[in-house]
Order: sequence, then structure tokens, then C-alpha cells
Amino acid sequence: MSATVPVATAAPQPPVPVAAKRRRPPLQMASPKKRGTAVAASASLVLVGVVFFVPLAWLLLAAVDPSATVAIGIPDALTLDNFTTVLTPDLTFRPLLNSVLLSGGTALLTVAVATLAAYPLSRYQMRWNKSFLYTVLFASCLPITAVMVPVYALFVSLGLLDNVPGAIFFLAATSLPMAIWMMKNFVDSVPISLEEAAWVDGASAMQALARVVVPLMRPGLAVVFIFVFTQTWGNFFVPFVLLLDPDKQPAAVSIYNFFGVNGAVAYGQLAAFSLIYTLPVLALYLLVQRVSGGFALAGGVKG
Amino acid sequence: MATLELDGSTSQGRVPDTRPRGTAKEAARTAGRLLPLTPAIALMGVFLAGPIGYALYGSLTNAALSGYRAANPEFVGIDNYTRLLTSGDFWHAAWLTLLFVGLSAVVGQNVLGMFLAVVQNHAPKPVANVVGALVVGAWVMPEIVAAFALYAFFASDGTLNAGLEAVGLAPASWLIDTPMLAVILANVWRGTAFSMLVFNAALAEVPPEIGEAAQIDGATALQRFFRITLPMVRRAISTNMMLTTLQTLGTFTLIFVMTSGGPGNRSTTLPVLAFQEAFKLAQIGYGTAIAVVTLAVGALFAVLYVRVLKPEVD
Repeated sequence: MSATVPVATAAPQPPVPVAAKRRRPPLQMASPKKRGTAVAASASLVLVGVVFFVPLAWLLLAAVDPSATVAIGIPDALTLDNFTTVLTPDLTFRPLLNSVLLSGGTALLTVAVATLAAYPLSRYQMRWNKSFLYTVLFASCLPITAVMVPVYALFVSLGLLDNVPGAIFFLAATSLPMAIWMMKNFVDSVPISLEEAAWVDGASAMQALARVVVPLMRPGLAVVFIFVFTQTWGNFFVPFVLLLDPDKQPAAVSIYNFFGVNGAVAYGQLAAFSLIYTLPVLALYLLVQRVSGGFALAGGVKG
Repeated sequence: MATLELDGSTSQGRVPDTRPRGTAKEAARTAGRLLPLTPAIALMGVFLAGPIGYALYGSLTNAALSGYRAANPEFVGIDNYTRLLTSGDFWHAAWLTLLFVGLSAVVGQNVLGMFLAVVQNHAPKPVANVVGALVVGAWVMPEIVAAFALYAFFASDGTLNAGLEAVGLAPASWLIDTPMLAVILANVWRGTAFSMLVFNAALAEVPPEIGEAAQIDGATALQRFFRITLPMVRRAISTNMMLTTLQTLGTFTLIFVMTSGGPGNRSTTLPVLAFQEAFKLAQIGYGTAIAVVTLAVGALFAVLYVRVLKPEVD
């Protein structure tokens, strides 16, 4: 949601049953017919896999190819020159640092605000809880990329253009509906009896949240943080519209400028830069898989 | 529009009206309970409901990107909308958006995702896992990187044409002659993982006994899939169709990087058109009107989605 959130292209939406991958145990009695099915299934899977692999393979091969083109090809020689060429402060380090600031700021703000909001929504039966949750669910579905034009106009009139905190506030606001929804489910899963014990000992609701609930839902916090972080990391459209100063632009925008401005595109360098830029997201995705066991639906879906 | 509720103020404002008369202590307690919600409501009110409300207003003005009309936009009523609805460009973009969403998300991602999920359950685990990882890989990477990779795949001297020539087929200028086909296939490549994961989770919930019983009664594999499996996961399918529709409706980066909406306007969907009108032709008011229409379509699907999910909230 992303704003489009690469926002996604995806935006993994929590209400979808996020069941851990529970595969049926394979049938014990192998029959010839079963084996035939397995062969046909494997063959069609391999075919689809190859189609999905080819564009990815181009990235990998072009990055180490001294004379990469847009067509995939086995490099004549292996080189790391593409990486060393792009690993300069202007091309890589500053944009990546900007990406870390933008994504980290957005994720921190979103997690903090969503945790605070999720707690009363989960614990108190208030009469407007449902309508609030409906509104949040509704907002999490809206195609935020569609509103970038009015957002730009609004930021111009507020004087927030080229303002990194301004962009963080907007990105956090667009991530919040999803984050609140996810966070409420995590708070719901913490048994209330533990807080009751804290209350009996004289803790206030906020103390119970800080000392009892938050420590118990650390994996949940990590999942939401990583979810928002990766979404913002991959978001191109929002910083492209709201941050015009190259010194403030994150990697998503600088990679586009690199690609678009250089008339003769150095494809090897583009691929190398793409890999460097993709790696953190991939690592975080794998991490979130470990943290949450079966939470497979994290990842930047919105653009 | 229901978005007016986004800032929460309407729902919050209702509290004092409807609550039974209580003591001051009770009121203070309710206020204390609401307090943690205020940052979220403030943030969403200013930066989410704000732009939407601003869009509704801005679409009724002739605001420009720069110059006199940027500082002093004039209220022009529904002029932008009448211009929009009588503009061939708008209807062309709306049609392309329908094609893009329908073919790449509703049909492409859902059918391929279901196919992958079903076939994965019948293939040896290593094959299923590797292919699943590749499909998810295309989805996890940042959208702009995916767009570059697919640009290289479909480019005139790119991988696809090289492959076609290698097997003796005629190459084509995919991004120039059939830009919509290219971006539709690109979005299937990019987004199928989501549907695959959703359907994988849904299929895991189907008890195998029912299929086995049908098998004993002589049902073929296809019959079992269409008569048993599909009806049992129909909720996941309808939810997923709406989600993929909503995610695809706002797709900008993929199309912008691959074709910039071109050649001409032959792959200009509504988000790309709104961007071009606003930032290339400097017509902020007109671009905003396009944004409002896109958002309204999205809101329609979002309402449907919320209604479908109602039991989970209640």
C-alpha cells in the first residue's frame, strides 16, 4: 500500500488467512498414477520457474559482465568492476543512507503509533471500535498512488516539499492502516490475564502495555517494522514526487535518475546497483520469515 | 464518500452524544482510553484524509503547476470533470486501466497463482520450494528493480527477442508494438507470488478426506478440482481478486519505467495519465480530477472488500 506503497505492489493484507505453510503429508502408498502426476507437476513447475528466473538471472549475470547488454548472456569474463564503479558516495552510499533514514524513520514512527492505537482497540470494548476498524481496513485498501498529484499540491501549499520529515509523515500515514490492523491482531494474541496481574500490582494501562504487552509481542513488532521498512524501501513514486533534491533522494529515485539520465545506459552498473539496492530487502524478508514462522505475506507490493 | 471518516473525528465526535450519562469519572476514563489513539488519528487525519479532502477540492479548481494559476487557483466547479468525461484520452486511459487490472490481476495473477499453488502440492518438495522461491523473489524485490529487469526482458534487443531468434522465431518490438501486452505480462510476473501464497494457505485448509472420498467415487482430478477444491476456497478467491485489483489499480512505477505510458498514449493507464497531466502538462486541477476518479473506483472495491470481510471484524 503504498503509497503505494510499494505500497505495494502489495500490499499484503492481514485479513487474509496467513496460515503457516501446512502441507498435507504425502500419501504413503505410491502408485504409478501418483508418480505420473508428480512428473507432470514438476515439468510444468520447472517451465514456470524458468520464465520467472530469466529476468532475475539477467540482473545477476549483467552485474558481473564487463560488457553487459539488455539481453541475457553468459559473460565472457567475470568482473566486479560494475560494483566498484557504482560504489561511490554519490551513486550508492548517500542514496542508500537516505533510504535507510526514510524507511527507518517511517517504520519506527508507524510501529510506535500503531502500537499505541492497537492497544485500546484490542483491550477496550468501545462502541466505535468497529467503525474505526472498518475505516482503517477501508483506508488500507485505497490505491494511494492515485492521490500523489493532490499530495504534491498539498505539500507545496504546506511548504513541505523536499522535506524529509514531511515525506516520513506521509509515508507513515499511508502505512498506518495496515500496521494498526496487523498490530491489533498481535495485541489480541497476548493473553489479558498477564496484564490483569500487572493491574493488580498497581500498574496503569500504559505501564502494562510498556512492561508486559510490548515485550511479549516483540516478534509482532519486528514483523510490522520490517513490513513497513521494506515497503518504504521499495517505494519509488512517493519520494520521486515529494523529494526533488538529489541529496535527499533515496536509492529508488537515484536508480531511476541513473537509468533515465545516462543516455547510453551502462547496463552492468545498473544491474550491480539494483542488486546492492535489493539485497537489504531480501535479507529482511528472510529474517521476517524466521521471526514469524509462517508470515509469508510481507513484502513491498504497492508501487 | 466514506473517506470522510478517515480522520476519525466523526466517529470520535459521536462518543459524547450516544454514551449513556455517566459520572465525570467515567468520562475521564474514556478519554484516557482514547488518548493512545490520538497520534494515529492525527497522522491519518492530516496526511491521509487531508490529501483526499484536498483532492476533492483541488479537482474543482484550475490550479496549475507554476505561474499565476499555481498561487491563485480559481474555483471552476465541475469543469475538470466535464472536460474529463468528454476527453478521449481519459476514456482511453480508463479502458487501458480496465484491461491492465482485468488481464494482469484478476485473470493473470489469480489463475497462475492458483495453478502454482495446486501444482506445488503435487510436485516433489525441492522442485516446489525452488520454483516458489523464484516466484516470491520477483515479488519481494523493489518494484523499480523489477521494472528494470522486465524492461531488459522485453526490450527490442532484449532477452525475449534473443530467445525467439535462437529458436528461429521472428523477434518483435514488444514495448513499442504491444506495450499493453508487455506491461500486463510484466505485472503477472511481478505480482503472482501474492496470489500463490494466499491460495497455498487456503488449499492447506481443505481437508484431504473430501477429495479422497470423491476419488473413490470415481471423480477425476479435474472434477475434484472444479467441484470440490474451488468451491471450498471460494472465499479466498474472492478476497484475493479484490486485493489484487486494488493493488493493481494504482500501479505506476512498473508502467512508468517500462514504457512511460507510451508509445504515444498506448499504455497510459489512469495513474500514469494523472501524473502526466499534472507534472508534464502542469494541469494540477485536471490531474487531481483523474486521481479522484481512480480513487473513487478504488473506494468502491475497498467497500466491497470490507463488506466481504465483515465477519472477521465483528
